[in-house]
Amino acid sequence: MTSWQSFTGYNSSKGKIMEEIVLNGGDTAWMLASTALVLLMTPGLAFFYGGMVRTKSVLNMMMMSMVTIGIVSVLWVIYGFEIAFGHKADSPWIGGIGLSGLGSSVNEFANNGGVYPIPLLVFAAFQLMFAIITPALISGAIADRAKFSAWAIFVAIWSTIVYFPVAHWVFAFGNKVGDTVTGVGYLAAKGLEDFAGGTAVHINAGAAGLALAIVLGKRIGWRKESMRPHSLPLVMLGAGLLWFGWFGFNAGSALAANGIAGLAFINTQVATAGAVIGWLLTEKIRNGHATSLGAASGAVAGLVAITPACAFVAPWAAVVIGFIAGILCALAVGLKYKFGFDDSLDVVGVHLVGGIWGSLSIGFFGASAVNSIGLDGLLYGGGTALLAKQTIGVGLVAAYSFIVTLIIGFAIEKTIGFRVSREVEIEGIDLKEHAESAYELASSSRGGALL
Amino acid sequence: MKLITAILKPFKLDDVKDALQAAGITGMTVSEASGFGRQRGHTEVYRGAEYTVDLVPKVRLEVLVDDKDAASTVDVIVKAASTGSIGDGKVWTTPVDQVVRVRTGEKGADAI
Repeated sequence: MTSWQSFTGYNSSKGKIMEEIVLNGGDTAWMLASTALVLLMTPGLAFFYGGMVRTKSVLNMMMMSMVTIGIVSVLWVIYGFEIAFGHKADSPWIGGIGLSGLGSSVNEFANNGGVYPIPLLVFAAFQLMFAIITPALISGAIADRAKFSAWAIFVAIWSTIVYFPVAHWVFAFGNKVGDTVTGVGYLAAKGLEDFAGGTAVHINAGAAGLALAIVLGKRIGWRKESMRPHSLPLVMLGAGLLWFGWFGFNAGSALAANGIAGLAFINTQVATAGAVIGWLLTEKIRNGHATSLGAASGAVAGLVAITPACAFVAPWAAVVIGFIAGILCALAVGLKYKFGFDDSLDVVGVHLVGGIWGSLSIGFFGASAVNSIGLDGLLYGGGTALLAKQTIGVGLVAAYSFIVTLIIGFAIEKTIGFRVSREVEIEGIDLKEHAESAYELASSSRGGALL
Repeated sequence: MKLITAILKPFKLDDVKDALQAAGITGMTVSEASGFGRQRGHTEVYRGAEYTVDLVPKVRLEVLVDDKDAASTVDVIVKAASTGSIGDGKVWTTPVDQVVRVRTGEKGADAI
């Protein structure tokens, strides 16, 4: 995701030694802001998901995101960044195994297929936010029924053996010193175009969500009793925060405040707009009503789809990609009823399907004219070469994530148990797992509970 | 004495309340209720999945009256609550053995 920024503009000398590089304040400022924006997406996701569940489990739903922020941030400092972006192993599969602590990186510049004039620690913080939101996305597939301790353990294991390595495959362009590059990820070396994480984040989370929905099984009363979203305004708030934060996610992935960031920025906006329209039209034609949940879901579907493509396609193509994503995902969320798996909040229908479409769309709409590092897709006379690379990336990440998540999920289920008891599930996971309830439903005018 | 219980469409509550006050009724108890009769529920759609919602929001209004006022009070409620469409609700009366005003200890009709 970063190697397309040639560094020659900042460094005229051919020697390219660290001391000659001057920190770029504009780039660094934008990356700090982007990093904060991407962090905000995870609490935003908590609102988005929290509004969709019932009153009795909204806190647990939001807590699954919050604890993920805690766990992944700590792991990232200890060894996560090293596994994802280290180069000591010089392996396409893993960055490096070791306890880094990030203490020795304080005065270094980011180097990912070339040196960027931003501090390495800023790059590490930015990438941390991606590592946080990816497992948090999975939680929507297992709403209302996962034991909180089991979820916390799952997040630690899954991040370690799925996200950190996959981030290396996709995002690591290696440590470049002179003409020597070490530690390039497998898919990055293959030429997979994934600007901000269509494969590493969304397909990864979507395939894992499918696996966990299978491991945990259906909620009690699924398809028999009403499981309506308890607060659509919360869903809307969450979608708004996700949309806002996604500008950091996509445009920040340029790792610079430059034209590529600008391209990613506008594409993020217009693709999302197209997807809102696509989803609402699909609903209006099929069910007769354009719903607020549809608008919020369409926005997220569009954001997912444009994530890998945002810096490789022209804005008009981004509109088309988003519009198609809105229609595709609106249709895909019904599939769980046909196949009989309770992917409660449609992680598969939105993130897996949207991520696959977005990643493959580059094979059609990719244009070297808008980004010289990108290749031309089918529509620009580039043939099927790019589409083939994209397909390999999609398939590899989806298969690895699905299989390894199944193994982790069943291992947790067979040892400590992944699912709460029937009693807890019916009475409400908030009260039993967290000893809290989200809302005071029966209150007097004095503001206290009557009974 | 009679207890009159009325299940009403929520938006009709103000009309009924005003009509009762105009008819000289000095007190009432109102609570939120949900249920269904012949109207049944309605259908909601979330991400394409249809949910039938059986229980419709209603308002439950209760008034204590003297026996002689019961029939006329029911008429006032029915007249004010009616829209002529399905789901307008129901009104019924039940006999009441005793009523006591908490503050004064008055009993029976004096307590109404």
